[in-house]
Formats: sequence, structure tokens, C-alpha cells
Amino acid sequence: MDSLLTEVQDIFRAVFDQPDLVVVRESNAATIDGWDSLAHINLIVAIEKKFQIKLSLSELQDLKDAGDIIDLIHTKLKTKQF
Amino acid sequence: MELLDLSRITLEEMLLRRRGLRRQLLTREGLQKIRVAVLGGSTTNELVDLLEILLLGCGFCPVFYQSEYGRYYEDAVLEPQTIADFKPDIAYIHTCSLNIQGFPPVSCRETDFGGFVQAEVNRYRSIWTSISEAVGCQMVQNNFEPPFSAVLGNLDAVSPGGATRFINELNRCFSLEAAANPRLTLQDLFSISARVGLSHWYDRERWFSYKIAHTVEGSFAIASSLAALVRAMYGRTRKVLVLDLDNTLWGGVIGDDGPDKIVLGRETPLAEAYTAFQEYCLSLRERGVLLAACSKNDEELAEQGFSHPDSVLKLEHFSAFKANWEPKHENILEIARELSLSVDSFVFVDDNPAERSIVEAQIPSVAVPNVGNDVANYSSIIEAERYFELLSLGKEDTSRAKLYEENAQRAQLEQKFANYGEYLDSLEMTAEIGLFSSTYIERIAQLTNKSNQFNLTTRRYTLAEIEDTMSDGRHIGIYGKLADRFGDNGLVSVVLGTTEGRELHLDLWLMSCRVLKREMEIATLDCLVERAKDKGITAIVGYYLPTAKNGMVADHYNKLGFALVSKDEASGATVWSLETSNYAARSRHIKILEPVHG
Repeated sequence: MDSLLTEVQDIFRAVFDQPDLVVVRESNAATIDGWDSLAHINLIVAIEKKFQIKLSLSELQDLKDAGDIIDLIHTKLKTKQF
Repeated sequence: MELLDLSRITLEEMLLRRRGLRRQLLTREGLQKIRVAVLGGSTTNELVDLLEILLLGCGFCPVFYQSEYGRYYEDAVLEPQTIADFKPDIAYIHTCSLNIQGFPPVSCRETDFGGFVQAEVNRYRSIWTSISEAVGCQMVQNNFEPPFSAVLGNLDAVSPGGATRFINELNRCFSLEAAANPRLTLQDLFSISARVGLSHWYDRERWFSYKIAHTVEGSFAIASSLAALVRAMYGRTRKVLVLDLDNTLWGGVIGDDGPDKIVLGRETPLAEAYTAFQEYCLSLRERGVLLAACSKNDEELAEQGFSHPDSVLKLEHFSAFKANWEPKHENILEIARELSLSVDSFVFVDDNPAERSIVEAQIPSVAVPNVGNDVANYSSIIEAERYFELLSLGKEDTSRAKLYEENAQRAQLEQKFANYGEYLDSLEMTAEIGLFSSTYIERIAQLTNKSNQFNLTTRRYTLAEIEDTMSDGRHIGIYGKLADRFGDNGLVSVVLGTTEGRELHLDLWLMSCRVLKREMEIATLDCLVERAKDKGITAIVGYYLPTAKNGMVADHYNKLGFALVSKDEASGATVWSLETSNYAARSRHIKILEPVHG
């Protein structure tokens, strides 16, 4: 899971153009500068492309912070292998 | 990262690093500011983000206005003042099939079908009319992709109640509207969606979540096509296709295999593929793209390839022909000199990756598509880049290659005369020089956006802006057409001045380079002074604003007898003035005809 956090952090750094950004599981729209609804769309697209997954409507609805995103990626990658 | 070549960046990279890319691209110098209003039927932010990067990548610095989601009609028709205040150069009305309001019911009868179509078309007509009247800018309107679902199956395209039939009919009407309205440019979303593929086009999750209608790939295809249209509006399209010969225009190496052994014709699949690529090149030439050959070969042998009975391309189709052992980038620079065109209007096609990378490295402004080495794919790879996008197909475009041919004949003739004036007389030149008229307005706007070398101020004008100068009474705009015994060069010269009291300030003086050294500028000045005197002008003030490309006209006003008023040492810009009172007409070699059109 730690490596997933690093990968997600890389995506956040690129999308927000902030090379020193530190992402923790609790990071959310309130703690990360620029994480508005439009940036959220960019993030989701970047994550879908990077991990080659497609998030469904219900999955998209429940994302509150970076931890939710990491857990969701983890679940999606696990089911992808079988 | 000094040179950022966007064509080498994947869509994923572009999306991921968009903000960083944007920051880097914005530091480039000489970006041309444009203002684009996007009136969308869906959330357009992603599309605009991608468009911004693509436009920055080709030298524009765009500023955007975006309507709130789905407010395209209200913004355009009910509150056009907000858009007018933004002062856009371009208004882009981006709607998709999901925005169509007046689909006929599935039970629709044939007799009622036309009424449904007209109602929907009228809704868009009112948008275009409102923007034309309140804003007066160039408009881009896309047509529609096939519907997300076709409940009638194949019958959907036949029945008057079918969404597919309805969209096909709307698209037909939109084409006719765009063909009749020079301010309305159509973006062919129908074909764009087909090339992407409908199953990769619509994105339901994003539509329901964010009201984004399309996939990222869809957004990118739309943005790419729009960026190409913007390039065309500002004359930044490419004009010359430089082609390698061996294994590019025919199979095999003519020097090794012999002229009769090259692979061309209909006998084998590979031969058919080379023939098809030649046909594609010829069709580009017929619509105004110039062809040039650039090959490491013995010249005589290389030429023999085009005498092959199956060669669709003939030697005379090439506006320049370089077959020798010099490096290709040097040959390309030589071709640019011969054609008086800048290399940033060149596309270079070669099957050899080593040659491609040398040209790319030595002349970064030449477009070098990665065509691979399979001839079957060359044309689709070239076409996907949209190098040669155009807004309208004028007589100019279809006869351009011929014009350059005529120029070559003129050059031969020139060598026979000792005295240059004698040569000019032998050309039997006739010019039509007159005030801007609606007949020529499209070509005038096109020239202001295309000309870089013989252009004193390099100011760009949209069609709408040129139209305004004709009606506001403050401007004097003059065009010039030049013909000679070898053919008609068409409209080649544009001068535009603003009157301030008894002075005329020249905002623009430009000329097509194909009539260099023909004294056309002198004939133009004669006419300009005459028109200025008619309006009581006593002095004409000319400006030279240097750019990387217009060094050839630094001395233009000096040669025409203007006096230097001032020079800005830092930029090299100069201001010149000419008294009209003692001016006597100077043109000696060009016969002036009366304008044919009002």
C-alpha cells in the first residue's frame, strides 16, 4: 500500500504542478491547494490512465480523500488480476 | 526543456502534466494572443485545457471565456453582451448529439419530419445571427456525431422518427449554412467521432458525473481539430510536402534496382500501396499543397522514376526537385529559398528514421511525422496531423501549384534580358488596384494572416475586422491583383491605413512573395496616394516593425521615397513619412486596369 501511496503522490504532484507536494491518506480537497471539482476530474482521468482501470459511477461517488482513492485503486487492481 | 515538441508527448502525459506543460509553454516568446469564447452544451473545461496546450504548442497564447454548462443558447441569444464584452476573436459553439432538443417522436410521419429539422436548425440560426450582430467575430460550429443509441437499429437511419436520420439531415443543413456564411466555420464532429470510433467516444460515467459528454480521447480529437482550424484562420498551415523517393514514393532503390525495377503499379499489393500513396500526394497537390522531392540519388536516375509507366506523379508535379548527395536538411533549406517559402510551412516525409531525425534536429520548424516504413500507412499518418487544414477552397488553392510553375518559366525568361526593365516590360504585366471590396474580402483576410516576409507590420486581421474597416469611413484599404503573360497571380497586395486628421497611418502593407521585384509596390503606392489625396490626406505615415521573417522589407519605405521620421534603437522599428502634394505617379512597367468589381 505504501508504494501505491507514492504512485498516487506522483500523480498529485504532476496534476497540481507542485513537485514537493506531500500526500497522506487524510489529504483531501480542503488540505490540498487547487483540488477543486475540475482538478478532481483531471485526477480521476490521470489515475484511470496510469493504472488502466475504469471507475464506475458508484465508485466515483464515495471518494472523500486520498485514502479512499488509494483503497479503491487497490481493490480495482486486485480484481483486475483474476 | 528548450523545445517542447507536443507531437512527441502522449495524451496521458499531456493530461497528467498539463499545468507544468502550460507553465513551460507560456515562457516562449512571440506567442500570438487570441481570445476564444467557448459556448458549450456540456462541461467544456477538459476540452479547453487540451486546446490551450495545443494552441500554445503552435505559437498562440489563448485566453478563454467558457459559458456555464449547457448555457450556450442563453449566452448567445439572450445575453450576448457578456460575450461581446469579452471581445473574442473566435466564438466556438460546441454542442453534441446529447444537446439536441427537438428530436422527432419515433412515430413521426414523413410529412412532419422537415418541420422538426427546421425548428432545430432555426435554434442554431438564431445563435449565429445573434453572435454575428452583437459580437461580430468568426464562429466555429460543430455538426453532430451519430446518436448514443439508435433504438430503431438500421431503420434509425431511414425512418423519420429515427435519431440517426434526424442528425444526418441536421448535418446536411449545417453544411449548407456554413458554405453560405463566410463567418461560420463548420467543425466536422461527425467525421471526428467516426475516426475515434463511437464506442470510444461517448462516456456515460463522465456525462452523468460531470456532464462531460466524451472520453478523454474524444476531447483530444475535438481539441486537435479545433487547433487546426485556428491555425488555418491565422494562416499557420503548412504549404509544402517534401518527399523522399526510394521506398517512399516507390518501392526499392532506383540506383541499385534500375528505373524499370522499382515497385509501382497494380501488379502486387506493395506496388498498389505505393501507387495509392502517389495518388494521395497528387490529390494534395490538386488542392494547393506544393510537392517537392528531396532524395539522396543521382539526379538523372531519380527523374527517370517518374517516367515509369505506372508512376502517377510526373516530374512536372514537383515545384522543386533535389536529388543529390548533400544532407537533406541543406536541400530543404535550398527548396525553401527556391520557392520563397519559409521552412515552417514544410512537411517532410521519409521512410528512413535516420533522415527524419537529422532533418528534425537541424530544422526544428519542419514538421516530420513519424510515418514509419510501411507505405500503406503514410497517408493516414500525414492526414491525422491536420497539417494542411483550410477554411475554404478558393481558386487560389487549386491553382497554386500552377502559379509556381509559371514562376519557374518567368525565371528562365529573366535570364535572357540584360536590362531588368526590359524584362519587366516583356512580362506584359497588368494590375487591378482598388479599394477593398466584398468580392475579395476572404482573400484579403487570408493574406493578412499568411504573409510573413513581405509584411511591414505583421498585423493579423479576421474576416470580420477587415469587413469593419470597409464600413467605418476611417480606413483606406487597397488591394492589388497582378497578371502577366504567363498567367494570373491573383490578389497579391494589401495596404490598409487609418486616417487621423490629414494623415494616413499605414497599419498594414504586405505583398505575396511570388511577385517580388515586379514593381508592384510602386504601382500600389501610386494608387494609394491617389486615393489618399481624394480624401484630403497630406501625409502618409508608414511603419516597419521587424520580426524574424520580414527583414526583406526593412528598406521598403526608403526605396519608395519616404523620409525617416524616427527609429527605435532597441526594437529596430522605424517610422516613415511621405508628403502627397508633390507626388507624381512612378509606375512604368505595369498597366493599370480599372477594377472589375464594385
